Amino acid sequence: MKRLVWTRRQMLLRGSAAFGGLMVGGCDRLSQSPTFLRFLGSAEYLNYRAQRLVVGQSLAHEFPETDLSPVFRSNGTSNPDNDRYNRLRAGNFADWRLSVHGLVEQPLELSLAQLRAMPSRTQITRHDCVEGWSAIGKWSGVPLGSVLDRAQLNPEARFIVLYCADELERNDGGYYESIDLVDAFHPQTLLAYSLNDKPLAIANGAPLRLRVERQLGYKQAKYLMRIEAVAQLKDIGAGKGGYWEDRGYEWYAGI
Amino acid sequence: MNIGEFAIGDERALCQVFYSSVRELQVTAHAQETGSTLAVASTIMVATMAPPEIIRRHSLATRLLHWVNALCVFLVLMSGLQIFNADPHLYWGQFGASPDKPLLSIGAHGFPPWATIPSWQALSAGRRWHFFFAWLLIFNSFTYLLFSFISGHVRRDLLPTRSEIAPSHILHDIWNHLRLRFPKGEAAKRYNVLQKLAYFGVIFVLAPLILATGLTMSPGFDAACPWLVTLFGGRPSARTIHFTAAMLVALFILVHLLMVVLAGPVNEIRSMITGRYVVPPGKSR
Repeated sequence: MKRLVWTRRQMLLRGSAAFGGLMVGGCDRLSQSPTFLRFLGSAEYLNYRAQRLVVGQSLAHEFPETDLSPVFRSNGTSNPDNDRYNRLRAGNFADWRLSVHGLVEQPLELSLAQLRAMPSRTQITRHDCVEGWSAIGKWSGVPLGSVLDRAQLNPEARFIVLYCADELERNDGGYYESIDLVDAFHPQTLLAYSLNDKPLAIANGAPLRLRVERQLGYKQAKYLMRIEAVAQLKDIGAGKGGYWEDRGYEWYAGI
Repeated sequence: MNIGEFAIGDERALCQVFYSSVRELQVTAHAQETGSTLAVASTIMVATMAPPEIIRRHSLATRLLHWVNALCVFLVLMSGLQIFNADPHLYWGQFGASPDKPLLSIGAHGFPPWATIPSWQALSAGRRWHFFFAWLLIFNSFTYLLFSFISGHVRRDLLPTRSEIAPSHILHDIWNHLRLRFPKGEAAKRYNVLQKLAYFGVIFVLAPLILATGLTMSPGFDAACPWLVTLFGGRPSARTIHFTAAMLVALFILVHLLMVVLAGPVNEIRSMITGRYVVPPGKSR
């Protein structure tokens, strides 16, 4: 006759296997629920408040030249390769203009030469990807704050949105990012046109990219085309303030 | 024996009477079934042995915080492996990315689906699980530390005594554990020195190390506390230490669960749920 009663060992093994299966299956089910992910995402608020409290206006660490990565890794788009970008690239970006608009008194159209003529800053900082790797590079560019000062923000402006020339997927609306004014006016926040003393390579975001040190790599928008000062982010893209933010990543990427 | 003889509130004595009666019945039944004289003899032995002692092993706070901790640790470990899989290479130094030489790579895709939350590749969801339960774990751990220092749990139960940390005592305990001989009687009412060292090591060495290296991976926090980066020799180094310490915690959990099973899973798990623990009968060594 088949034994109906399990031994203690069978009970333990089967019990823990069933419990483990339920746990893993349960976590998978929950990971598919947008409501539950939103609930888990509430920790982002704690990250943001806690970091703003302790980080304040502090500067990101700057490294000596001996710490530079031999090769600065490129990630995401390595070449926008669309008609508009290819035309600008063929002319060595002479026709490229950075448009600064939105909630500003003085909209601007800045050429690469005009940006290079403005007071610049050079810094050797660490680039931290959300995937976990790090690379150290030497960036030169114009502090974003001085461009915004020239455009004169309206009092209701709260965020700076940066629009890029690249699409990661066809017709995704283009890469974009946004930062608050604390980061926009931080002295290390640059519109960088040079990496390791050379004009920015295509793979690293030519002709201009954002450096917002103290945040992760996906905030460092490449292939910049225009900058808009806005009061809120909900009407842009899917409303979360950036390309990856619209796909589940945190808007505040300080951790 | 007449149960009516006991006064109200004398549950412990009642339990002991009940326990020995049940044992007696079981062994008698077994003896009748097999007709073995050995079993009959053991019936007499069990009936004459002192009933096992039941003690209140863990306080309510310890039990509650233990289970919240268990949940959080499992979730941060598995979501941590999900995050690790986004770049399954470990580096040492101030920088480390695919053009550089890694210290260690774990396969092309890292850990298998059953080890990660969620089971499919999803870095953003993994990060949400990780940070949410990391915060809960921090609150839970601080409550535990506060309670354990105030109540004397750390000093009384976790801190090894001078005689316990004598190498001869530790070696003796390791030898006993290897032979699967666990403390009995009076000695089973306390943590043994290997337990103390394991708990102490996880709580006061690995946990703070994991928290500190976790914060060092944050570019924001690094701006506030650059000395952390200096301390660990770079963000990639901190990530490697974070991963290694987490793997040691996983190893601790494995051994912890194995010991629960070997030491008597029902009694051990019950002691962490209801607090009641049947002291294994025998002479303490």
